[in-house]
Amino acid sequence: MARTIRIQSEPFDTAVETAILTEGRADIGAVVAFTGLCRDEGGRLAALELEHYPGMAEAEIDRIAGQAESRWPLLGLTVIHRFGRISPGEEIVLVLAASAHRQAAFEAASFLMDYLKTQAPFWKREHLKDGTTGAWVEAKEADDRAMERWA
Amino acid sequence: MKLVYFAWVRERVGKTDEDVELPEGIGTVADLVRWLKGRGEEYSYAFENEGVVRAAVDHVHVKPEASIAGAREIAFFPPMTGG
Repeated sequence: MARTIRIQSEPFDTAVETAILTEGRADIGAVVAFTGLCRDEGGRLAALELEHYPGMAEAEIDRIAGQAESRWPLLGLTVIHRFGRISPGEEIVLVLAASAHRQAAFEAASFLMDYLKTQAPFWKREHLKDGTTGAWVEAKEADDRAMERWA
Repeated sequence: MKLVYFAWVRERVGKTDEDVELPEGIGTVADLVRWLKGRGEEYSYAFENEGVVRAAVDHVHVKPEASIAGAREIAFFPPMTGG
């Protein structure tokens, strides 16, 4: 199965990535795309800074992708996660899940995002509009619960 | 053995990574944390709430009771907030 995993500082283009995933394929009937964007938190944020653990980030996302493939009949998966300084409105993460039918694609994309948020080694820190460095974003219990529903 | 730190654990310890020679009797992640906390205030601050800091051995998430025998790289970091 086509599996693409990239950790990068540069922006990505969802349309381009979708075209790459589906090019020359006649068996894919559904592609679900999730894009996570940087919010400005009501005008408070100038940027988010994303730190990651090189090596483990790729390995962990690969393990999560493998779990998704064993649970759903997928025909392709793309996960791109950015690091570095990201401004409000810019994209942070992309998940594409392709399958013959929509249900598997929807569920796999949701599963991948729930696991990414709690298991992939990335950490967000806030940079505020007033020029100061804000706090590290705290993990949310709701994200842990969202992951647990797949157990 | 190489230790690496991320996010606020890195800031509290004051370094991104270090090589350490472990004394005998350090068999698990929990043993390693206990030993680190005895090395100075920056470590006791970073690990003040042991239930919060997560660990990975050679790029794999582990629990405190996990063995560190034969590990090349052990990482400590806060709960993850990616996505």
